Amino acid sequence: MIGGLFIYNHKGEVLISRVYRDDIGRNAVDAFRVNVIHARQQVRSPVTNIARTSFFHVKRSNIWLAAVTKQNVNAAMVFEFLYKMCDVMTAYFGKISEENIKNNFVLIYELLDEILDFGYPQNSETGALKTFITQQGIKGQVKTKEEQSQITSQVTGQIGWRREGIKYRRNELFLDVLESVNLLMSPQGQVLSAHVSGRVVMKSYLSGMPECKFGMNDKIVIDKQGKGGASDDPGKSDLGGGSGKQSIAIDDCTFHQCVRLSKFDSERSISFIPPDGEYELMRYRTTKDIILPFRVIPLVREVGRTKLEVKVVIKSNFKPSLLAQKIEVRIPTPLNTSGVQVICMKGKAKYKASENAIVWKIKRMAGMKESQISAEIELLPTNDKKKWARPPISMNFEVPFAPSGLKVRYLKVFESKLNYSDHDVIKWVRYIGRSGIYETRC
Amino acid sequence: MQEFANQLCENRQFGFKMTDSKYFTTTKKGEIFELKAELNSDKKEKKKEAVKKVIASMTVGKDVSALFPDVVNCMQTDNLELKKLVYLYLMNYAKSQPDMAIMAVNTFVKDCEDPNPLIRALAVRTMGCIRVDKITEYLCEPLRKCLKDEDPYVRKTAAVCVAKLHDINAQLVEDQGFLDTLKDLISDSNPMVVANAVAALSEIAESHPNSNLLDLNPQTINKLLTALNECTEWGQIFILDCLANYTPRDDRESQSICERVTPRLSHANSAVVLSAVKVLMKFMEMLPKDLDYYGTLLKKLAPPLVTLLSAEPELQYVALRNINLIVQRRPEILKHEMKVFFVKYNDPIYVKLEKLDIMIRLASQANIAQVLAELKEYATEVDVDFVRKAVRAIGRCAIKVEQSAERCVSTLLDLIQTKVNYVVQEAIVVIKDIFRKYPNKYESVIGTLCENLDSLDEPEARAAMIWIVGEYAERIDNADELLESFLEGFHDESTQVQLQLLTAIVKLFLKKPTETQELVQQVLSLATQDSDNPDLRDRGYIYWRLLSTDPVAAKEVVLAEKPLISEETDLIEPTLLEELICHIGTLASVYHKPPSAFVEGSRGVQHKRLAGSAGSGESVESPDAGSAAGASEAPPAVIPSQGDLLGDLLNLDLTPPTTAGPPPPPSSGMQMGAMDLLGGGLDSLLGGDLGGSPAMGAGFAAPPAAMPASFSAPVSSGLDDLFDLGGGVGMPMGAYSPPKTVWLPAMKAKGLEISGTFARRAGVIQMEMTLTNKAMSVMTDFAIQFNRNSFGLAPAGPLQVLSPLSPNQSIEVTLPLNTVGPVMKMDPLNNLQVAVKNNIDVFYFSCQYPISMLFVEDGKMERQVFLATWKDIPNDNESQFQIKDCHLSSDASSSKLQGSNIFTIAKRTVEGQDMLYQSMKLTNGIWLLAELRVQTGNPNYTSATVSVPDGLCLAFQTDHLGASLLPSLQSDHGFICNSLCFLPFKLLSLSVTQLSCLKIQFHICSLYSSHSLT
Repeated sequence: MIGGLFIYNHKGEVLISRVYRDDIGRNAVDAFRVNVIHARQQVRSPVTNIARTSFFHVKRSNIWLAAVTKQNVNAAMVFEFLYKMCDVMTAYFGKISEENIKNNFVLIYELLDEILDFGYPQNSETGALKTFITQQGIKGQVKTKEEQSQITSQVTGQIGWRREGIKYRRNELFLDVLESVNLLMSPQGQVLSAHVSGRVVMKSYLSGMPECKFGMNDKIVIDKQGKGGASDDPGKSDLGGGSGKQSIAIDDCTFHQCVRLSKFDSERSISFIPPDGEYELMRYRTTKDIILPFRVIPLVREVGRTKLEVKVVIKSNFKPSLLAQKIEVRIPTPLNTSGVQVICMKGKAKYKASENAIVWKIKRMAGMKESQISAEIELLPTNDKKKWARPPISMNFEVPFAPSGLKVRYLKVFESKLNYSDHDVIKWVRYIGRSGIYETRC
Repeated sequence: MQEFANQLCENRQFGFKMTDSKYFTTTKKGEIFELKAELNSDKKEKKKEAVKKVIASMTVGKDVSALFPDVVNCMQTDNLELKKLVYLYLMNYAKSQPDMAIMAVNTFVKDCEDPNPLIRALAVRTMGCIRVDKITEYLCEPLRKCLKDEDPYVRKTAAVCVAKLHDINAQLVEDQGFLDTLKDLISDSNPMVVANAVAALSEIAESHPNSNLLDLNPQTINKLLTALNECTEWGQIFILDCLANYTPRDDRESQSICERVTPRLSHANSAVVLSAVKVLMKFMEMLPKDLDYYGTLLKKLAPPLVTLLSAEPELQYVALRNINLIVQRRPEILKHEMKVFFVKYNDPIYVKLEKLDIMIRLASQANIAQVLAELKEYATEVDVDFVRKAVRAIGRCAIKVEQSAERCVSTLLDLIQTKVNYVVQEAIVVIKDIFRKYPNKYESVIGTLCENLDSLDEPEARAAMIWIVGEYAERIDNADELLESFLEGFHDESTQVQLQLLTAIVKLFLKKPTETQELVQQVLSLATQDSDNPDLRDRGYIYWRLLSTDPVAAKEVVLAEKPLISEETDLIEPTLLEELICHIGTLASVYHKPPSAFVEGSRGVQHKRLAGSAGSGESVESPDAGSAAGASEAPPAVIPSQGDLLGDLLNLDLTPPTTAGPPPPPSSGMQMGAMDLLGGGLDSLLGGDLGGSPAMGAGFAAPPAAMPASFSAPVSSGLDDLFDLGGGVGMPMGAYSPPKTVWLPAMKAKGLEISGTFARRAGVIQMEMTLTNKAMSVMTDFAIQFNRNSFGLAPAGPLQVLSPLSPNQSIEVTLPLNTVGPVMKMDPLNNLQVAVKNNIDVFYFSCQYPISMLFVEDGKMERQVFLATWKDIPNDNESQFQIKDCHLSSDASSSKLQGSNIFTIAKRTVEGQDMLYQSMKLTNGIWLLAELRVQTGNPNYTSATVSVPDGLCLAFQTDHLGASLLPSLQSDHGFICNSLCFLPFKLLSLSVTQLSCLKIQFHICSLYSSHSLT
């Protein structure tokens, strides 16, 4: 298991050091600094073995988090734990920075004492932790006996992510379907790979311990219902509102730990008692029938040794009534660029020498439109034999629909003990499609 | 996640601004003094501030142990925050101040009784972290209470505390019966308590491999599976990792566990997913392949594995290393998912390299076009390592998918046109490999390659190019000029290039003898006279000699047809792979090394195996066998090199050759290749050489005088022995033959077990073996080869295994041996290194034959000769030893020994002792003379003197010969000589003929180990 956990600043100074196992000594702190943080070359692996000691590290801005062990630990677990640790710290004091860590070092030690015992991760849900570890110190002694046992049962209980007795005057929930669409396209317009990774983020402000059921246009569910002739489709409620594709094929999905996985496995129904506030209900991935919101058509021509002509056309490919926002096209330029002239029909384009790219920004663009940029790039003659690698043209955007075609069909809320029904809950749903790694080779 | 975080940021109260960072800034002198004063202050706040400063100093590595009593004084407080800080300090320094630490015990014990469960848990948690014996003693009672606490939070903390205590004092934990309490916690009502108990038990069980502590039976498994649905994500990991150690009784149980584990594949935590994959991969082995469920399960595994690739890069890396294993074990799972492994421009380099590796593994005829297009793209990237690997990958595709070879070659040529130096060099190295796989097919590209000759500056690329020029010398008009250009700076080249250049020029000469005589003489003299490198000199001499003696033989040797290379060289060895599959998700799977290679102490020693492949129900091997295997597998360096999988397709050829010596226990495919080459060609070469061809090379200068003049001597008269059955035919009892022992255990040979013994029957040495197939698949195509050995033992015919060996079947094989094989001194002398090949792989083992197998039937010396020789043998060559517990009369001994070709020449009786004078002759013509004294009154005591005539041969160490006689005498009384030590040679004196004999062979073997490229 994890033998110790260290946090360093960018210079390699230790900010936090917590050792859990006897086999990890102080010299491990230095070994990592010398061999990884101060190493000249680029990090070649997130797992480093130095003198039979293994170091797992992640970096958040310029802060290094390193977990150390001498055993054959579950490596995936260690990384998941490090990410979790970052989440917990962010939830407590915001950005992970040297200053914040120094300001909260007592808190961090308390957290580390709680969420890692002898190197075994324990409950690390912020919701639960915040009930008894706060930035103001421990609430422990002011609690009544009931409160104490409520804390312990939540930390160890089946529903560790929610406490009892939450009350709202207005029961409300927000669903965000956030997708990032990833594309790799050849210069000829052939899709080399494309996939959507999506998340359903829920903000719930519900009283009591509500039992929720979530439904979407999952192909497997729809097909099953179609065959069974089940007409009492609860999806025709206020949330549906979908059009276009009837159902989508989901390659794979993963759920927050509140979702009953065995039920999903057997019935493919998503039921859960949600945490209070915001959390990520599910993640999913699709690869079939993806709506690619933009198509990039590049044309690069080398004119002699000192000039490049670049023409890039972008086409929007969605309903004309919808508007895409925050569009940014990044056209890489060679390192020996001396000057660039740009002409674009729409938006603003600028050559950014420091980034070796022409950045073309368009604020808004409706569907089924086309826009073009052309640039002349002048190059300094070099005697470097090596050809320019031609990095792909990348693109950023945001569209108000889900490129995977996913639609929320329903989200039903049941709370038998309290006096409100599914109809009393105010529900909101919104779809946002963003670019992930959206690249076209040129 | 970011939104989530921001939201929470807004929510938190800003009213109370913490400025703990100031504690980090105190660096002035006298600090400790000040702190001391502050710690002893009456004001609570001041105390707390001071403790915080102490902790801050501790964090940055300052020694604040001097403050120990002052800090411990602050422990008695109601303020929980202060208490925790003091505990933190205690955990760090208690060990250095054990006596002072005792002061804290009272508070701990009191806290364990606190009404607040959080404080009870805190106390027991902290106490377990203080590694001071005296404190540990006081821990037992509170711990016992806490294990039965009403509050689950305290119980789950106490469960982990048992593991802590076990780490400090294992005996104490056992004596106090904590293990049983811990086992009871598996049935606890609270899932988190169950999970922590499982984690603690698993850890304790690891240090007691045979304790059966984690008594996994269907009932407990059921409990674990129930808790699995309810506990935290971390708890699920502990439980799944523990489940993976269970071996289901039958396929039905296996299936039902799999069914209950599959839902975990949808968990958001990648570690849960990977641990579930591990359980499924392992239990799948038990399922019959024709089961519908088996297919369903395979299909269910692919999507979650692909999803792992959208995790953060570090997790992607872990996932990719694991997928690499899974793809090797079950390629069918991901065969349609090639695209997800395409490299993204912004992937970190470690992700890129791993993806590339998996791409090659998944490459097939169906997707090769896509893969090649990608690889070509990668070859223009920035990172040098990545580009090199991409170029190598193109070569590997060519070798793996035959249909794509042509396209690969043209892609490589395109890349050579880019003129990027390292791309060109890498491309040339892989093109050489392609030539070796598809000879006489793509030679049209040689012209292009030659154009780039000047830009090559890396030894590997230069050597590859030279190899190509030499190999295809007849098609390159100016081959001699090209090679000559390299020759100018011969001594500045690396060994690899020098060796290659030497070979290439010799090839060139053999192909175009008329124009290149001068060149070859030049290179030979450079290699033999001007070089200090023994490998180079040896190779130079052998070529020289070969060329000067028998150019025909030289041609056969140097221009012999080479074995084709195959793509499978980079696969992980199956036994290791099976073990690694059992470690999915863990560090072992990231390093691709068994845990024993990087974990200290006993913990990592256990070797896990997949259940289906081995018959045993226990998934854990005995630690002894495990550590032995582990030791041989574990290389000194632990960190996996990035290039290990792609790199070494032909490394053997281009690395400097190793001089002859017993091959190390082989573990990689490369050495196997060497063995093959060695066996196949050596006999023929030897034959040709020793046949003494008088034909001299055309106009060849004689080699330098340093070489021994005569070298065409016969090795031995082994063949005569084979047919000469005279003398010993009427053996009453037959030669002694030891019982069969296991030579090659199944776990080292992918399921093939070989046990055997040696016997001499009717004058023929026989190797009697039992081959047992303990693997799951049928074995065919058996073949056997011996390494050179002390007496030139070699198989007299092929291994007669006619029918395929199906699983769990055994077969008895008798292999007749002769003694005309190549000779090399072994240590111990009677050691025999054997390579056995079947359709799966080549395996190596070594065994020892009883020397008595080598006693020939005509070993009866003339009386007169015996007498004369006996006198002449100097005392140095004489050794004496005693044989105890031998209840045989002198006559019985005599006839028994005769069965083993130990002949009694004369007998006399002196003072109640029978003296037997005996002679024996080894297959290589060496005589051994012995005197055996049998005390008639005391049959328990027999002594023997063995003498070796001088000037003839090898002198043995005493025990050695004794060992060879003992089993013969005592076969009636059981084999009691298994602990014999075969000491090394005292001296090796060789006759002139034998000297040259050995010498020649020495050269041949050095030729072979370095010549494999030709």
